[in-house]
Amino acid sequence: MSGPFQVAAEVVGVRRVGAYVALILAAPSIAAEARPGHFVALSVGGPATSMVLRRCFSLAGWGNGAVTVLFSVLGHGTDWLASRQPGDLVEVGGPLGTPFALPSGPQTCVLVGGGTGAAPLIPLAVALTELGSEVRMLIGAARAEKLMAVEQARLVADSVTITTDDGSAGLRGWVSDALPGLLAGADAVYGCGPMRMLRSVAGLAAAVEVPSQVAVEEAMACGVGVCMTCVLPILGDDGRTRMLRACLEGPVFAGDRVRFDAVGTVPADAVGAS
Amino acid sequence: MTDLTTRLAGLEFAGPVFTASGCAAAGRELAPYFDLASIGGVVTKSVMLAPRAGRATPRMAETPSGMLNSIGLQGPGIDTFLSTDLPWLAQRGVAAVVSIAGHSAEEYAALARRLRDAPGLAMIEVNISCPNVESRGRVFACSVDDAAAVVAAVRAEAEIPIFAKLSPDVTDLVSIARSCVAAGADGLSMINTLLGVAIDPRTLRPVLSAVTGGLSGPAIKPVALRCIWQVHAALPEVPILGMGGVRSGRDALEFLVAGASAVSVGTATFADPTAPARVQAELAAELTARGFATVSEVIGLAHLKEAPVREGGARAG
Repeated sequence: MSGPFQVAAEVVGVRRVGAYVALILAAPSIAAEARPGHFVALSVGGPATSMVLRRCFSLAGWGNGAVTVLFSVLGHGTDWLASRQPGDLVEVGGPLGTPFALPSGPQTCVLVGGGTGAAPLIPLAVALTELGSEVRMLIGAARAEKLMAVEQARLVADSVTITTDDGSAGLRGWVSDALPGLLAGADAVYGCGPMRMLRSVAGLAAAVEVPSQVAVEEAMACGVGVCMTCVLPILGDDGRTRMLRACLEGPVFAGDRVRFDAVGTVPADAVGAS
Repeated sequence: MTDLTTRLAGLEFAGPVFTASGCAAAGRELAPYFDLASIGGVVTKSVMLAPRAGRATPRMAETPSGMLNSIGLQGPGIDTFLSTDLPWLAQRGVAAVVSIAGHSAEEYAALARRLRDAPGLAMIEVNISCPNVESRGRVFACSVDDAAAVVAAVRAEAEIPIFAKLSPDVTDLVSIARSCVAAGADGLSMINTLLGVAIDPRTLRPVLSAVTGGLSGPAIKPVALRCIWQVHAALPEVPILGMGGVRSGRDALEFLVAGASAVSVGTATFADPTAPARVQAELAAELTARGFATVSEVIGLAHLKEAPVREGGARAG
């Protein structure tokens, strides 16, 4: 059997982690096929809910038949998820999306996460470490309590660099200020976080000719490729730009293929632009 | 067990539940979730003559019991659709209802012509909720004459049944329905989305880059039932493919008794990719529990003067 799967998953655990909520769901089929960069779509509000769309989250971890997501409570949907109790059921679809492409052997890798974008980098760091890679992690947030996954990063990465906008933890500034210092000898850069951060990460990697992969955050309605909501302009092998779905062709794209300058628009040279 | 075989415009389908245009792409993405051949069929996303990139993002806003979308008919165009999407459905024995969209009656006719010998194609759904470039962008579906002109143009080219998909954003829906049928529509799909706006209270700006979007989901279900009711009452012989907020078998049953011959499941698919198959299974259980042997027995039942069902759900008579 091959996924993605749609299951009613039992809540195994739900707890506060700093400014975030960690939700652990029993979903053996999804956990068995999960890869770094995959995401899941969670229904919210119960069967008679007025919230008709699922909430999509990158997988922050999996194992023992369960999957973990980390999120901020931003509205009624995430509030509903945060108030689940062990034993409750949550409808989950996954694993969804195109995950990170992993190297075939050991490399020197720089992993850059901003805000909640740090979460999916933990399983990526684990996978890269298992391949014998050197993993340098760079995690940033607006302030100390918004930092995510720092402790796990210290367990799995060879080095961890922290930045906060206000200097309340680590270096004061953005991850893009710290990234150049981590690129010496790097073979690959992986990024996950806000689009503006990914643009900097992809640009800095390209400047020193290091390939990058970025997992984009785009608003999604379905998560499975049928609604065409989460599109962004991506350069193809043929040099032409197409509006591709973050949920299916992404969320991971090569950093040099994302038309960051045109995200949120349909560039005039895109295939089918009117 | 109720026999789910469904007849629409002389064609036979495996069941009364279809996907809804714009909510299932061309079917393939839903294949991991259910057997596409088990439902009535796949109504594809509207295809146009040329590839189309659609509108800028944000294209979607969740609203109470619904959502707004302004995708802008992003799609590969008819060439890629015919070479890739339609054969994929045909090879799997999936009944394909191809939705077509254009900016002039000529474009619709050209699309119908291109679809003429396409294998696996059951019906054409004519999405007339597009701006007409020849009448200053007025939507075809909002004019008795424009709607009829498009349907007539498709009718002249198509050798298979055609359904006109109607917009609820009109003053007199029945007159539009009559004109489409008079122009050669074998049936009517209703309803398309209702136009809406969402404002972001933080930015005090519209959420959608296009400002307006189409409202779908359970929020529009009563509007859909009203439209189906009115048109079925006026044109009881015309088959209706009903859609607009169907997310359960009970919803589907309500659509059938209001006058629909079959239903499309749209927005519910975004929250549950198994929704079309699930709704069909739930509908089957609802029909069986009430002792109905076939789907056709319930079509329009709510229009009967006497209550068709006794309290407790048992069938009268």
